[in-house]
Parts: sequence; C-alpha cells; structure tokens
Amino acid sequence: MSVFVLRRLVTLLATLVGASLVIFLVLDALPGNAAQMLMGADASPDAVRALTVKLGLDQPLAVRYLQWIKGLLVGDLGNSYVYGTPVASLIAERLALTVPLAIMAMTVTVTLALSAGIYTAANHNKLGDVGVMSLTQIGIALPNFWFAILLVLLFAVRLQWLSAGGFAGWEDGVWLGVKSLLLPAVSLAVVQAAILARVTRSAVLEVLREDFVRTARAKGLGKREVLWSHVLRNAMIPVMTVMGLQFANLLAGTIVIENVFYLPGLGRLIFQSIANRDLIVVRNCVMLLATMVVIVNFVVDVLYAFIDPRIKVHDL
Amino acid sequence: MSAPLTTPVELPLAARRAPPRTFWGRALRHRSFVLGGALTFLVVASALLSLVWTPWSPYEIDIASKLRPPSAAHWLGTDSFGRDIVSLLLAGARSTIMVGVIAVSIGLSFGVTLGLIASARRGWTEEIIMRFSDFTFAFPAVLSAIMLAAVVGPGMVTSIVAIGIFQIPTLTRLTRGSANAIWAREFVLAARAAGKGAFRITIEHVLPNILSILIVQVTIQFALAILAEAALSYLGLGTQPPQPSWGRMLNDAQTLLFQSPMLAVYPGAAIAVAVLGLNLLGDGLRDLLDPRLARER
Repeated sequence: MSVFVLRRLVTLLATLVGASLVIFLVLDALPGNAAQMLMGADASPDAVRALTVKLGLDQPLAVRYLQWIKGLLVGDLGNSYVYGTPVASLIAERLALTVPLAIMAMTVTVTLALSAGIYTAANHNKLGDVGVMSLTQIGIALPNFWFAILLVLLFAVRLQWLSAGGFAGWEDGVWLGVKSLLLPAVSLAVVQAAILARVTRSAVLEVLREDFVRTARAKGLGKREVLWSHVLRNAMIPVMTVMGLQFANLLAGTIVIENVFYLPGLGRLIFQSIANRDLIVVRNCVMLLATMVVIVNFVVDVLYAFIDPRIKVHDL
Repeated sequence: MSAPLTTPVELPLAARRAPPRTFWGRALRHRSFVLGGALTFLVVASALLSLVWTPWSPYEIDIASKLRPPSAAHWLGTDSFGRDIVSLLLAGARSTIMVGVIAVSIGLSFGVTLGLIASARRGWTEEIIMRFSDFTFAFPAVLSAIMLAAVVGPGMVTSIVAIGIFQIPTLTRLTRGSANAIWAREFVLAARAAGKGAFRITIEHVLPNILSILIVQVTIQFALAILAEAALSYLGLGTQPPQPSWGRMLNDAQTLLFQSPMLAVYPGAAIAVAVLGLNLLGDGLRDLLDPRLARER
C-alpha cells in the first residue's frame, strides 16, 4: 500500500511541476512583454523599460520561473502589478468566500444525490424512480449559470426572499454570509447532484444484485436493513470517484457562478485581473486551482485503494 | 395457476410481433433515441435555417423598438438593442454548433490517435500518453480559456481551443481502454499470425470495432462542448458580439432581469434543449449500437 501511495505521490509532484511549467510558459513567455501590455500600446518606450526593470521582467525566463517556484514554496507570490499589494493576501481574502461556497455546494450535492439515488434504486422501475430519473436527465442538461439566473428570477425578483447578488461578509454573523451564498451553492449543486444521483442509483442497483444481498435477505434481514448496512458501503466506490471528479468541476463552476451573483471570490479576482492585464495574479490563481484539482484527484485515488483493498498496486 | 402445457400460451401483444431487425426499425421504436434525435434535429435545422433566413437580421440594431413584448412582428419580442429574439436564437444555434463541431473534432483527432497509439505500442509509450492525459485533466475548459484569454484575448478561437483541449483526455482514455479490449481478442491474434503489422491491425480491426463506442461518446462530448461554449461566451471569453451566441444573450439579459425577465429564459432554454437532445440521442445510440453497453434502467 505504501508503495502505491508513494508512486502516486511522485506522479502528483511531476504533474504539479508540469502544470507550473505550462502555466508559466503560456502566461509569461508568449505575450512578449507584460509591462507593455500593462501600459498599453502607446506608452513611451522609456516608461515601458522602467516598468520592465521594476517588475523584474528583464531577468531571463529560467530565472524568473525559478523565482516564482521558490516563492510558491515559501508562500511569497510577489506583488500584484496593478494593486501593488501581495498576491498571497489578495488570494487569501477571496478564498474566504470561494472555499465556503465550494463546501456548501458539495454538501448540497451529496445530500441531494444520495437521497435521490438511494430512493430511486430502492423503488426501481416504479413511478417515483421514473419521475426522479427524468428530472435528473433535465438537470444534467441545464447550464448551471442559467439555473442560477432562474433562481434569481424566482427568489430575488418575484418572491424577494433573497438578494440577487453580492456578499454580506462574515463579520455580521455567519448566517448573513451563508444566506448570501445559498442561491450560488444550490445552483452549483443541482446539476452535479443530477449526475451523482444517476451514478448512485446504478451503483446501488449493481450491488443489490450480488449474492451476499440475497444471503442477507435469506437470513431474515429486512430490505431496509440490507440496504443501509450492506449495500450502501459497497456502492460507495464509484460514487466517491465521481464525487472527486466533480469537485474539480465545482471549482471551475464557482468561477462562473461567482460572476452570476457578483460575489468577490477567486473567480471574480481572476476576471478583474484579466481585464487589468495583471498577469501575476492570473498565473497564481490558475496554479492554485490546478493544484486543487490535482490534489483532489490524488486523494480520491488513494482513498479508492483504501476502501477497496481488492485494488492491487499494479492495477493503477 | 400454471396452464396445461398442451394449450398454446396467450402471448402479450408486444411479444407476438417480431422485433424489427434493421437498425432504423429498432431505432424508431426507441423512445430516447426518437426524442433526442428530434431535439437535436431541431437545433441543427435552426442553425442551417439561420444561414439562409432569419425573420429579422440578428445584427440589426433598432433602439426605437427595444425590449418589445412578443408580437406578430417579433414572435418573442426584442432585446435591449431592438434586435429580434427569434433571429438571435436561430443565429446563436449556428455559433454553438460551429464551436462544438470544431472543438469535438480537435478532441477526436488528438484523443483517438493518442489512445490508439497507446494501445498499439503499450509499454513506455502508453505510460507517457496516459500520464499526459491525466495531466490535461488538471485544466478544466474554463481554466485553459482564462489563460488563453489573458494572453491572446477572448474570442471564438480561444473558446474552441480551450474546449478542444478539454475534450482530449476523456477521448484518449476511452479509446485506449476499449482498444486494449479489442487487442486481447482472438481475431487480432489471428491477424498478427497472418503477418499484419500494428498499424494495419489498428486501422482494419481495432478502429472499426470501437467505432460504436466512440460514436456514443461523441454525442456526449458534443453536449459537454455546448455547455462549455455557453459558459465561456456568458463570461465574455468566447464568441464576441456582434456574433450572436446563447451565452452572450444570457449575459445581456442578466442586467435586465427586473424589466424583461423572459429575455433570460429563452437562450437558456435553447441551451438546455440542445444538451438534453444530444444526451438522449447518446443514450439511445448506446442501446441501439451495442446492447451489451445498455445501462441499467
């Protein structure tokens, strides 16, 4: 097992190094001169040169890359070209919104998906199953940002229960913050839950057909008991794999949804930075998101092997 | 309870009718195939129609008649620039399909080629290709699009490239997985014994045998591409105005939610119809092309 984890860990590190190289090359090597982009096409050459030196962009590419990596390792991401403040604190500020949003969305997703999946599997081919499955088919087809707009139309425009956007912050109490993240979290969750519910349903149905389920029923256990204590545990592996993959989607989704609700999270920061040509912020944000995706996939792989010891080291 | 064996058992009506043999015969009885096919046809037909005819020009700005409610002249009304919504929706289908087709083609040509090579060569080649595909998973379409937009600016090409890249790893994995299964079959062994090389076996035996799996996956990938295109053009990273696109229409409509809520409903519904159609079509094709793949229903 430890050999397996170690091998995965090496792959993880290699992936991160590769990702940092790609991000650095795309964002820093291709455009030519970040200083020129910052100042616009009609800036005087002297001013551009001065800014280039000030930002350290006159150094060779390899030096700048290694400086960035060194900074990443000690948590010093440099200063924003536009605001002049440390990028690390800019990002940390925004994560106070994006991380709770992602956690809320994932919680809603798992709650909805598991209840729908288990309910439909337990009522296989009955009216409830067919109905819920049709709903999930529609759910998968909905663009999450459109669903978000529909939620705004219903709850903010028509019923006026919640605000159409913005973030109340955490200072005036947790509830206010949670309340302003409610619609964004639900709109992120519904589409994902539709997919996860289908996975849960087929995983549970698969296990229900196993011999040990028949044995458990034969020894007199009730349907409900078998489902909760024997079937679910065994059905969790495919469900968890998909959950891991969805978490990556969720991070990408927050970028879109934050823009729908005008939330000052990581996604908005990236967009403002693109508009401002603040490439150093874009670079670090993209690196952060890619790192999260890679780490989540790593954790899922390792958990997968822990949950199901039948998975041999060389199978993966 | 049990009928005497000598008397003929009354079969239910459906069982007595011989099941149709031809593909189309079975296809036309398959509910999700028919519904999905009809919805997909609707979207494709709208895109084609918009090439030759739209009720009004989707580019024509007429501020005097902005935000009109539905009428005989403008069936779904007009937007904040006085453009006809129906015409914008029809022309938007064109952008969506164009981006989808090109992006999926990029994904297919790279993904299938890499998958076939990995499966034919095995060993280190396979290892490198699969690690590369794992690596690409770290960049969801939105992330690639953000990087590209930061460097070369937003636009249709940016979204096509970003969505294309995001399609590659899925198709590589699927191709390699199903091709490996074919390579293990006896007829491949026979072909090798007959002296065929890896290239000929791949083209003549492996590819035809995984084609149905690929066709099914392509419909799913197309649906994903449409969702990604909509999100990117909604964010302003994809298709740029005045080129009409459904995502862009949603972005415009969002600022007018309190005045004209319906403007935000139509384009989203169009996206949902296109994606739902392709997903249903994919489900139907899966059942029809390869019954062994049919999922639990």
